[in-house]
Amino acid sequence: MGIATAIMAALLVLGITANVGAKPEADEAKYLNPREMVLSKDGRWLYVMCEAGDDVRVVDTTSGTVAKTIKVGHVPRGIALSADDSKLYVANSWDDTISEIDAGSLKVVRTLATGFEPNGVVTDLQGKTLYVANRLSNDVSVIELASGQEVKRLEAGRGASHLALSPDGKLIYVTHVYPNIGKHRAPPESEVTVIDTQRQRVVDRRHLHNVAGVFETAISSDGKLVVAAQLRPKNLIPLAHVEHGWAFGDSLAIFGDDVNGVVQVPLDELELYAAMPYAVAITPDKKKLYISSSGSEEVTVIDIQKMLAFVQGTNGQIANDLSASANYVVARIPVGRNPKGLVISRDGTRLFVANRMDDTIGVIETASDVVVSTIGLGGKPDMTSLRRGERIFNTARFAFQGQFSCANCHIDSTFDGLQWDLEPDGFGVDIVDNRSIEDLGGTEPFKWNGGNPNMATECGPRTEKYFYRSQSYNAAELADLVTYVMALPYRRNRYRSTTGELTAAQERGKAIFERTKTKNGTLIPESDQCGYCHSGPKFTNTKLADVGSRKPTDRSALVDVPQLPNVAYSAPYLHDGSARSMEEIWTIFNPHDTHGVTNDLQKDELNDLIEYLRTL
Amino acid sequence: MRVAGGRLSVVSIDQKLRFLQRRKPGFSIHSVAARLKSCPDTKHARGKQLSLGMLLAMATLAVAMPLLAGTPEMPRYKWENFTTANGLPDNHVFAVLVDGDRVWAGTENGLALYENGKWKVFTPADGLAHRAVLSLALDKRTGDLWVATMGGLSRVSAGRIDSFNQLNSGLSNDVVYGVAVQGDYIWTATAAGASRLNTRTGQWSLFNERNTPMYEIWTYAVTVGPDKVYYAVWGGGVLEYDIATERWKDYNDPDGETEIVLFKDQGLIHEITTSVSYVDKILWVATYFGDSRYDGRNWHNFLTKDSGLPSNFTNQVKAVDANRAWFSTDKGLAYYDGTNWAVYRPNLKTGTPEMYVRDADGNVTNISVDSAPAHNYILGVDFQGDDIWVATAKGLSHGMRQK
Repeated sequence: MGIATAIMAALLVLGITANVGAKPEADEAKYLNPREMVLSKDGRWLYVMCEAGDDVRVVDTTSGTVAKTIKVGHVPRGIALSADDSKLYVANSWDDTISEIDAGSLKVVRTLATGFEPNGVVTDLQGKTLYVANRLSNDVSVIELASGQEVKRLEAGRGASHLALSPDGKLIYVTHVYPNIGKHRAPPESEVTVIDTQRQRVVDRRHLHNVAGVFETAISSDGKLVVAAQLRPKNLIPLAHVEHGWAFGDSLAIFGDDVNGVVQVPLDELELYAAMPYAVAITPDKKKLYISSSGSEEVTVIDIQKMLAFVQGTNGQIANDLSASANYVVARIPVGRNPKGLVISRDGTRLFVANRMDDTIGVIETASDVVVSTIGLGGKPDMTSLRRGERIFNTARFAFQGQFSCANCHIDSTFDGLQWDLEPDGFGVDIVDNRSIEDLGGTEPFKWNGGNPNMATECGPRTEKYFYRSQSYNAAELADLVTYVMALPYRRNRYRSTTGELTAAQERGKAIFERTKTKNGTLIPESDQCGYCHSGPKFTNTKLADVGSRKPTDRSALVDVPQLPNVAYSAPYLHDGSARSMEEIWTIFNPHDTHGVTNDLQKDELNDLIEYLRTL
Repeated sequence: MRVAGGRLSVVSIDQKLRFLQRRKPGFSIHSVAARLKSCPDTKHARGKQLSLGMLLAMATLAVAMPLLAGTPEMPRYKWENFTTANGLPDNHVFAVLVDGDRVWAGTENGLALYENGKWKVFTPADGLAHRAVLSLALDKRTGDLWVATMGGLSRVSAGRIDSFNQLNSGLSNDVVYGVAVQGDYIWTATAAGASRLNTRTGQWSLFNERNTPMYEIWTYAVTVGPDKVYYAVWGGGVLEYDIATERWKDYNDPDGETEIVLFKDQGLIHEITTSVSYVDKILWVATYFGDSRYDGRNWHNFLTKDSGLPSNFTNQVKAVDANRAWFSTDKGLAYYDGTNWAVYRPNLKTGTPEMYVRDADGNVTNISVDSAPAHNYILGVDFQGDDIWVATAKGLSHGMRQK
């Protein structure tokens, strides 16, 4: 019985009807996934960027209806409005472009090139320069708007995704969804990159210790308080003990003149977690702070003065204190599914919440902190298994005490750049790197030890037992989740030309990947050739192999051969993430040619091999 | 590692001397070794020489005044010297780079930043690839500093240091002598050829004996211009990379490996090149046996015997424009304005501050000065407006322009 047949059989046993590879239908029947919003100065027009709809929906806030839909590029993730309200900019993450929209005609007037996977976008106050955070190239494009040309790239952190302009226009704060790659088994380190708009240079990097996954930033109107939503993962201790502790610290990083240094402020309470904080909004009077918790499906409200007073009174060492939030969290407002972007009206009376998994916008009255209305954006009305699975993937309600969701570790359905101690096998035993989950069909079995024969096992009993520590999903819910995960597509590879033609270096690397003899003519045993293990359309033979990567803390030397598509983006490498770069796989961890025969290669030949691997 | 002198001494004197012996049977190891060790420690002598120096200077001035009328006006400086006594991490300064009001110094024991009157030091504990910093380059667009070290290449960006070495990246070799920024590309000169990093894609391209005319892979310095990239290849002349055509071309000493200059202006002065500087489409080349200027058609070479160079042993040349350049030699800092020469140094015997000017006719005039660079063994310079910063074997010097 083939693997695919086995999976289907298993799914049928579970009463699951698989919808693997399901694609959205026609545009009008798409789910929308509203993610980010901007509001016109007069408060009338709410521009809602829809990630799955590939469009911007223009909402008339007076009537609560969609006035117009503007098609943009593929998988938009960021939107900005110029200071004079004349232009909208949308970052099309899968196209590596920005759509410039005339806010008068509501038409796309230009498409600008960016770096790899643009996410956040913002203009300076003068409207002369556009800044774009590129998630996969880990940098910020600086685009001169007069010419539409990118004039330079500024080095950011890993997974640069969100940008915020200070009220005086002098600084831009960049946050990152992945931690910077550091030492193996060390606490994750992230940063807020600070750009001086006058000099167009990075002038500061605010360090965020023990932080991985930083999302949106808000700045108070007086410019003295900067707040970023962030995750503090507990990945250095066994996750299996989640019922005894805390898998993620859902928190804020606050800094600026109002506080001394960077203070990490928890949002969670004991047995009540504000899972996956995403967007932040501050009222114009600086009294309230709103945070969307996309896993907990609520908006947390903080009294800013209480928070600052508490921080000052405690010397700022509160990041791991689950009793802290009671001192400043004043409300938790239930909202729609998977809330993401927040926008507050100029007068501070209304807060708009993008309910990403509902295709709606919630409107909260800030005086009462109650949802007073919900605006439907349209989109596909009926529910599919794929959609239900996507909702399950993003909600934290299945985990013990609602602590986290699939999306915590698979940020935007990718990975988190972390290594985890997952199973109850002892402290520090069997450390595993979090693998990418795009285009998984045909890569079974799953887990680094190959222990899960299919996704239903991976997401079901395994997740229930080792991650969520709760009853988790019923059969139908599991089937929906499997449908969603197995349908996650392959992101366009940025290193391969659009024609598929390889560069000279990539061709040379391909020849090395496919070689059967060493440079001196010695035959390489078939099992030691790259293409033996990394074979087939996903470059995995789906078997276990010993490549000499075993550490003293590993119980077995055998690891599941990982698939290679888009391997360029998923550093670090090896089963435990001990190789910080692809080079280190062979320069450090392959002294005996157990992970392919590479020790006869010169440095430039190894570079060629890597250039080829990056095209997969 | 702590032999007085420049990069040569730090890198591997033995290796280079063996190389010279191999390539040049008649070459005298002792002559080079003597040059390397000819950096007298003037610290003890300086105090008591100061008052004597002032008297001598005054006497010289009185005698020379009538002669000065015909002396070319050359830049004069008041020198402020920095050593470990006032914040430098090490007195062996291999490189200096000016970024506005900030000054970076690459020393044998860390990277130092001079800002607002204070030094801040970065070491491997901060993420620097190695403590010995050999060369510096600024990306003027982003403000990022690229640092060539004995253990790899580092990028200093708003306080964050990322390091690239031959194990964690595609860099060809950990010993990085030179670095230069060309748009989105970072070119490095390493002990195993040239490496180029594309900062947008992360791709490394290596250039060596297999894909260029580089018959010797010990690349020692790199300079970039809008159209060309030049490498000083230690023992291999100069390599030119044409950015438009992506082709390489080599320039070698037409006298071959002989020490005698048979055809002085017929080509590169010597194969053992140490530095290149490409400004206004003019290439300047420093070697241990004289210096060269190339305008794309004609070569002009400089030797002590027919120029104002204080020594043929040149560690660095840095051009101001097509006609003017600064030469960092083992016997002082020299400036060439296209016609005349000026030399700045502590006197080689007495250590007293010294400046002299040589005009186009070869007339030499001593100029009375009361300060000089920290040492005569000069390794590099950079400019800060009219001022100049000088890396020496015994400290970093700031030349404040007087007139």
